[in-house]
Amino acid sequence: MSDETLLSIENLYIELRLDGASYSAVKDVSFSIRRGETFGLVGESGCGKSVTALAIIGLLKPPLGLGGGRILFDGEDLATVSSARMRSLRGDRIAMVFQEPMTALNPLSPVGRQIAEMFVLHKGATWHEAERLAVKALGSVRVPAPERRARDYPHQLSGGMRQRVMIAIALACDPDLLLADEPTTALDVTVQAEILELIRDLSSERGTAVMMISHDLGLIANMCSRVGVMYAGRLVEQQDASSIFRRPQHPYTKGLIASLPLLGARAKYGRRALQEISGVVPSVVDFPRGCRFNPRCSLSTNICVEGDPEASPLDNGGFVRCHHHG
Amino acid sequence: MADAVSSCILKVEDLKVEFPLGGGVFGNRRIVHAVNGVDLELRSGECLGLVGESGCGKSTVALSIMGLQSPTGGRIILDGQDIAAPGIDRRERARVAQIVFQDPYSSLNPRQTVRKTLEAPLRLHGIKARSEIDDRIAEVLARVGLRPEQGRRYPHEFSGGQRQRVGIARALILKPKIIVLDEPVSALDVSIRAQIINLLLEMKDSLGLAYVMISHDLGVVEHMSDRVAVMYLGRIVETADWETIFTRPRHPYTRALIAAIPDPFGTGIGAKIPGEVPNPIDPPAGCSFHPRCPHAIDICRQPPTPDLEEIDGGHFVRCRRARDFV
Amino acid sequence: MGADLMNSSLPPDHQFWFGTDDQGRDIYSRVLYGARVSLTVGIGSQIINSIIGVCLGLSAGYWGGWWDDLINGLTNMMLAIPSLIFALAIMAILSPGLTSLLIALGLTNWSFTCRLSRASTLSLKSQGYIQAAKVLGYGDIRIMLTQILPNILGPIIVIGTLGMGSAVLSEAALSFLGLGIKPPFPSWGSMLSDARDQMTTAPWISIFPGLAIFLTVLSLNLLGDGLRDILDPQSRTRRT
Repeated sequence: MSDETLLSIENLYIELRLDGASYSAVKDVSFSIRRGETFGLVGESGCGKSVTALAIIGLLKPPLGLGGGRILFDGEDLATVSSARMRSLRGDRIAMVFQEPMTALNPLSPVGRQIAEMFVLHKGATWHEAERLAVKALGSVRVPAPERRARDYPHQLSGGMRQRVMIAIALACDPDLLLADEPTTALDVTVQAEILELIRDLSSERGTAVMMISHDLGLIANMCSRVGVMYAGRLVEQQDASSIFRRPQHPYTKGLIASLPLLGARAKYGRRALQEISGVVPSVVDFPRGCRFNPRCSLSTNICVEGDPEASPLDNGGFVRCHHHG
Repeated sequence: MADAVSSCILKVEDLKVEFPLGGGVFGNRRIVHAVNGVDLELRSGECLGLVGESGCGKSTVALSIMGLQSPTGGRIILDGQDIAAPGIDRRERARVAQIVFQDPYSSLNPRQTVRKTLEAPLRLHGIKARSEIDDRIAEVLARVGLRPEQGRRYPHEFSGGQRQRVGIARALILKPKIIVLDEPVSALDVSIRAQIINLLLEMKDSLGLAYVMISHDLGVVEHMSDRVAVMYLGRIVETADWETIFTRPRHPYTRALIAAIPDPFGTGIGAKIPGEVPNPIDPPAGCSFHPRCPHAIDICRQPPTPDLEEIDGGHFVRCRRARDFV
Repeated sequence: MGADLMNSSLPPDHQFWFGTDDQGRDIYSRVLYGARVSLTVGIGSQIINSIIGVCLGLSAGYWGGWWDDLINGLTNMMLAIPSLIFALAIMAILSPGLTSLLIALGLTNWSFTCRLSRASTLSLKSQGYIQAAKVLGYGDIRIMLTQILPNILGPIIVIGTLGMGSAVLSEAALSFLGLGIKPPFPSWGSMLSDARDQMTTAPWISIFPGLAIFLTVLSLNLLGDGLRDILDPQSRTRRT
């Protein structure tokens, strides 16, 4: 992992237009990812983590749209490039893996061909050459008997296999950045561990930076070197992985960790009632004024309702967005 | 917590559920043994956690207990009565066992108010007096943390967590003795899971309920269960009290499941097992786990399937080498 | 409505608001009287169709098995026979008249509603609240009536109103063949048929009954849409 910044998101705004009104699905989000680094984005439904990834890869569709900010990828601002340029980058230098491989793969095409397409499109390979490379790619994602599997259709494969195919497609052209949106949520736990390890091994072998998106804080803290926590469209905290679990700064992060039943906790401390976070996760049309977490926050005071907090830097290089942090 | 006085409220004996797959008239009719000889016991006030990955049969066991799936063999004895016997009324079973479903968005009739959803079963079971109906509805709504006036609302007006509370209220309205919880919090936002978990535990203690909880989230299982049964390909491979399962698991599959959970404080992904759950139509001979087992030796691969043996008080393992692992 | 050949084929004026037809009859009053027939047959036969279709389709979807196979076979048969021929056959057995028309048309057009009900039921069956109802002790019939039926009504109502329009047209065809309402009693459909030859010379004879059919079918469709929305709690209230 180098120190060089590969991706820099600056003051990103994503709008949602519904019935003539405009809502900020993502408000003023800034973070950066270094070459070869694994960065995690954690949050619940409606927090904006998935649409942030879609914005990076240029797949935002109405009613969503970029409302401002810069997406600097290796010097280029993806927010302003032409769609032709974005198409050439997509798949070749920035790739994405989704949660549900069954809907992301073409059900009418053998998986080997879908991988081969990448080589034909981006590397100018012939189909013959591309199919050979596709079999090699299947092997690299640890699919047994790759020559045979390449001829299978997606429905003939298990969920874990399909996800491997997705990863093979994504990494076919050795992209600089891989966006992984809940890649293991739909999989069994033992398969999940394998896929995560696969992503980790391949990205470190090839120096690919990974942005991992999940609602599972434990998974993210384990896989990533730095973690950003999103809530209701805001990036409320960012720290390195080891600190985020041991010394969370934002009341939301603290509340989340305290509310999760962690493996091993009961054996050590007996069964303690989980600390609840009151209220519900707001929907994008109902985001509270001021700090968007304030209705559920035990530390909330007047300034929390009036003003959205700025990012306060932390000693370890991270930051937290809270009027009462610490 | 095995109490000689607390009654055995549910006893499942050698439960078998088979699904025929069309094989044509001349070909062999293929059969999936979704549940292949499962024995369970549940006492009042106890929570049994049923864990396993896809294809293990835990959902089919739950559906059989609830009468939504007819067993091919074995007995299910609910509160002393064999419910698989013909002539057992749906209504009688309804007063003993109820279920909370996984998906709060499809488990409520969208065209009925909450009140109607709760009132109709009462009327069906012979409670007609307006005052008694009102009392019971108010009581059950209060218990799940909803206000009485919310009874007039329709499901779409509630959040996921609130809908789940309504589902729990519906399960309580007939005052059952057992509640089957099918992934009760998986479909909910992470920050509100603690609310539901705490509610379920409080209800169990104050009402003396027994739970069969199905979950793939081992953290939740560890937190809530008194006893745990681990299933693989239609059979129970290990069962013991929660502490034994989570601190001293013996079966290699149980160990793999636990090891697969990402540890937020560490970076190792943990001991993985290769491959995926085999197709239940074609289970391996001998011990069905042997193709993936890191400790498999020759006798493991040969039929018959090992029996569930008690290796310690209340600790049963289905493995020929169980005593070799300490 | 009496025939008065002195006044034949007069265009609309202050005395005959819609003009007269080739037999001198006042079209305006014929349209009004014709409404009775067309509306009764249109709405009534479609209601019969919908009831048959829903009963068969819902039960087929819910119970499955041999009952489902039977209903499917029946539906396929009905779809293979041109509905008008079938209605003709029935009308040939019964004597012409309003009730017979109702029966004939009511028995021929239920296949689409049946398919729709069955498909909707199948997709609904896996919803949690259906299983919950079984678990709460509800019997099958009660589940079908109180849990499934209200949730599949929306599209059924819309299809139903569309069917009403086609029933009006079917009635016209039958009346024209002499197997429906016999002349001189008016029905919009037969008025249209009668006016075929005079489309260019006396267009008002066909315009007004045609307009009546068009407006009726349009309002029935809008009514259907409105009913569907009124019955759907989700369109009435927003999330609180």
